[in-house]
Amino acid sequence: MSYITKSPWIIHYDGSSCNGCDIEVLACLTPLYDLERFGIVNTGNPKHADVFLVTGGINAQSEAVVKNTYEQMPDPKVVVAVGICACTGGVFRECYNIIGGVDKVIPVDVYVPGCAARPESIIDGVVRALGILEEKRAKMAEKGGK
Amino acid sequence: MSNRIVVPFGPQHPVLPEPIHLDLVLEDERVVEAIPTIGYVHRGLEKLVEKRDYKDYVLIAERICGICSFTHSVTYCNAIEHIMGVEVPPRAQFIRTIWMEYSRMHSHLLWLGLAADAMGFENLFMNAWRLREEILDDMEATTGGRVIQGTCKVGGIRRDIGDDKLGEMVDHLKKIRPLLEESNRIFTHDQTVRHRMRGLSVLSEKDAWDLGAVGPVARGSGCDMDVRSSGYSAYGELGFKPVTFSHGDCLDRCLVRSEEVLASVDLVERAVAKMPDGPIEEKVTGNPEGECFAFSEQPRGECLHYVRANGKKNIVRHRVRTPTFTNVPPLVKLLEGIELADVPVVVLTIDPCIGCCDR
Amino acid sequence: MIEQKHTIIEIEVADLLKKTEEYHKAGHRLVQIGTTPLGDRYEINYTFTTAWDFESLRITVHDGDELPSISGIYWGAFIYENEINDLFGIPVNGMNIDFKGHLIETRIPTPFKNPPKITKVPKGGDA
Ligand code: SF4
Repeated sequence: MSYITKSPWIIHYDGSSCNGCDIEVLACLTPLYDLERFGIVNTGNPKHADVFLVTGGINAQSEAVVKNTYEQMPDPKVVVAVGICACTGGVFRECYNIIGGVDKVIPVDVYVPGCAARPESIIDGVVRALGILEEKRAKMAEKGGK
Repeated sequence: MSNRIVVPFGPQHPVLPEPIHLDLVLEDERVVEAIPTIGYVHRGLEKLVEKRDYKDYVLIAERICGICSFTHSVTYCNAIEHIMGVEVPPRAQFIRTIWMEYSRMHSHLLWLGLAADAMGFENLFMNAWRLREEILDDMEATTGGRVIQGTCKVGGIRRDIGDDKLGEMVDHLKKIRPLLEESNRIFTHDQTVRHRMRGLSVLSEKDAWDLGAVGPVARGSGCDMDVRSSGYSAYGELGFKPVTFSHGDCLDRCLVRSEEVLASVDLVERAVAKMPDGPIEEKVTGNPEGECFAFSEQPRGECLHYVRANGKKNIVRHRVRTPTFTNVPPLVKLLEGIELADVPVVVLTIDPCIGCCDR
Repeated sequence: MIEQKHTIIEIEVADLLKKTEEYHKAGHRLVQIGTTPLGDRYEINYTFTTAWDFESLRITVHDGDELPSISGIYWGAFIYENEINDLFGIPVNGMNIDFKGHLIETRIPTPFKNPPKITKVPKGGDA
């Protein structure tokens, strides 16, 4: 099943970011940084995705969407929190509408710091996530999963 | 009566980089009504004025949106400086203006890319984003940040740009200017682009005015409405002329932006040529007391920061009326009567910035 | 440096529709409607302009008051009026598109309502 590590598909959701991290995630996919050279494809469908990138803290409205998207993704899956907002709530942690970092609602595997997170660190985060994905897959195989 | 169905669109949708939700009422393939729901990224940051003092709050104001970041911080500072009667030194005004124009270029190029993507024109998308990286390189070299700069402060700016660097920036812009012109030529003449956008969802000048459209949406319909003509920051000294088009369709909204990129290049060149010497900040002491409405022209249109302060460290109220928020009513009108397949393109032409819109 | 002029005109709530109509007739566009909570009252500014000289009609309302909607005059006003309803809890009567409090969903209802205090937050966060 090396196809997962060779060509992981990612899905991105904006929890409540200021767009700063969002556009950096998008910038990763464009010519200068070009995540696609690692075989990574950006998809809009959670059922196709292996890596879940979340930008921004979680607020009242995005809580359900993030949970839902996470549950729809097939196992094994990894979650990458991109930007300080997604890690802890960042500058907005004291806002009335913010619940906190992404880890308040779903388990997070990799935290990418920065405000805004730089494309280089996002790529680094994704590549690390792939390592974790591989471990998870191996564990599943041990247990006799698919 | 033909069949009416309601199609929900968003918030998590492949063509939308950001979450907005639309309930589209369809009659066959045509949209008869569109009802937007916003607030997916509502953080409530206006309330943070109670917890941060007015100087620190500049950094929060900057994070209203990661694309117009610098313009937000400048507008907020303008309001505070106006209340406190602080004279910002000319050099700071000029450098602020240069950074604001750089934000505009990167924002418009980003948008042009997304628009190309919405039309399925992948090559143009990548090309626009490649040019955007060139702009961001200079932004990063001078401020240290790509999308969030953090270089604006009450009373001036945090960093100067050396004269050598200013010269290099102009040289760099000279180099990419032909590339920008080339990409504009594609937007103006390419068959695919014209086919998808010409004549699509027309907004007349009168409607644009009545509905309160701002920015490229209004200028694409022929309204001569650009806050930069009022001459805030250094714009008064740079001989600014707004770009307007008259058809009011998707193509014209798009051309306004592509032309504005070149206009920004001109503005930067002129600003560098006229750059005054001197300090880059004015010392600010005490607390603000009073109120001010500060307007500015962001990449997406006219933006308003209202500040009310009562002489304490924390201001009483900060209200931001962002361009996307005002452009929602025009969007609702624009969507009426178009085909479902065109919805993504039309939504994009108002350049929705949901981070701004929801705050 | 701010180059735009701004005039503030204080009026009574009862005159709001009449005045707005006048602005509309004179070809002004609606720039914004913004609310400022001031502890015991709210100030609401209706800003109009034709070019870069802005004029704001300012009304003062209290908790429990209701506002008439100007969306019959300026169609696009619904977005601001729904915002007033959602964030400040001031009901606006007769909006052309009424989201019934669902334009902006918040974790605590009407967060900007007077007096400005947020003591209980549902869960998580330290607001
Ligand atoms: S970490 Fe910074 S750039 Fe990223 S979403 Fe948060 S405020 Fe915006």
